[in-house]
Amino acid sequence: MSGPNENDGSRFDRLPATAADRAVDGRATREAVVGFWTDRYGVSPAVFDEYSFWEKGAGKVWAFAGEMEGPVEIEALGMTFLRTRQEHWKPTTDAAQRFGEHATRNVIELTREEARRFVAGEDQDIEWEGDWGYLVVAHDVAGEPEPLGVGLYLHDELRSQIPKGRQRDL
Amino acid sequence: MDPLDRYEPIIDDFAAFRAACERPLGHVARVNTIKTSVERAKEALDEEGVEFESCEWQPGLVKLDGTTTGRTWGAFHGWLHGQEEVSALPATVCDPKPGERVFAACAAPGGKATQLAALADDRGLVVANDRNLGRLSALRFNAERLGVTSMAVTNRDAGNYSLAPFDFEAFDRALVDVPCSCEGTIRKNPDALDEWSRQRIESIAGTQKSILRRAVQATKTGGTVVYSTCTFAPEENEAVLDAVLESEDCRLVEFECGLETRPGITEWEDDRFDPGVEHAKRVYPHLNDTGGFFCAKLEVAG
Repeated sequence: MSGPNENDGSRFDRLPATAADRAVDGRATREAVVGFWTDRYGVSPAVFDEYSFWEKGAGKVWAFAGEMEGPVEIEALGMTFLRTRQEHWKPTTDAAQRFGEHATRNVIELTREEARRFVAGEDQDIEWEGDWGYLVVAHDVAGEPEPLGVGLYLHDELRSQIPKGRQRDL
Repeated sequence: MDPLDRYEPIIDDFAAFRAACERPLGHVARVNTIKTSVERAKEALDEEGVEFESCEWQPGLVKLDGTTTGRTWGAFHGWLHGQEEVSALPATVCDPKPGERVFAACAAPGGKATQLAALADDRGLVVANDRNLGRLSALRFNAERLGVTSMAVTNRDAGNYSLAPFDFEAFDRALVDVPCSCEGTIRKNPDALDEWSRQRIESIAGTQKSILRRAVQATKTGGTVVYSTCTFAPEENEAVLDAVLESEDCRLVEFECGLETRPGITEWEDDRFDPGVEHAKRVYPHLNDTGGFFCAKLEVAG
């Protein structure tokens, strides 16, 4: 059993708007979630205007295109979006693919061959002058960059964060 | 005896039907317009050197030549979803609009439910339900890969579905693509008829009736309910509609689709059905070189 100030991992609870509205310890806020995407990736806050954010599971934040009264006891609501309750917040692969096109910062573009290795789950030595940490990884498809997912850039190495089930040999 | 032989009296050009059932089906993919446009998805296929043809009745469907959908960049980006051509029909008949609440009663593995979300521009709510937890994880995987953000997923028995988790009373539309005897999938799965028996069909038909009834009850007056199967069995098609027309306040309505179809049948063996079942459409493999399918559109009265 979880107390009133603890996260109940079995249901969807809406994120509080700001820290002042927070009732559950350690829960991310809407302000912080939108702020993370804006500060780190340069995504305009307006992109998330029609989304509500929810926590189900320990620190797993979900984005739902719409409104709903919570809490909601169901299997899934919208898409998994962000991992919080850890030192460095981490976007999911699917969120990077869905919202990464709006990113203007910390986006690393790979060649086709590098992209192939990235989606196969390989780590690669790639030059990158920007910040270390979780990057949106993209490559060019049909004339425009398209996000592939999330990579962790550390010590001159780009580590693929594509989950096993999403990895492909292309 | 081959279970399909019993359909000889209702299928014209039965030899062509038989021959089509023997031919394997090619790979078809649906372009997921939540993540890209049909034009760009096709451009990406060209760039990869994948040959394809567009399906005439649905420009967002492509027949791939010489590869499976999963081996394309489009699939990795969630631009393409492998889906049998004819199974793209019921979501288009359901025709959800942005902002509407739509119930997908038996949604796993999610091809049709994600198509509903795409048709509504990923705005509104698709409640995708399935009783089977294992199949539900496939549904969730697909929904996330396709970037669907307007979906709620539940794990219940659709036959007595409760709206209790939600803050609304009724759906605007429902897609009832029920578990069935899958006779129409014989081109994809040559073992589809191995388990065939009349008893099994009667038992599935009972489940189908309860799911369709509940979906009609959970849809608002004037709302649309689409019923579909991938089987030819009248016991699972017209007979199910007939039973639900009798017990629920709803009617069958006409609809257009770009495929060549045959109307629902009003008589089968010793049974006669509500004449409204003629508005349903039967899709036979030889008519459009697809799998077999059945689709009906109902309007909820009351």
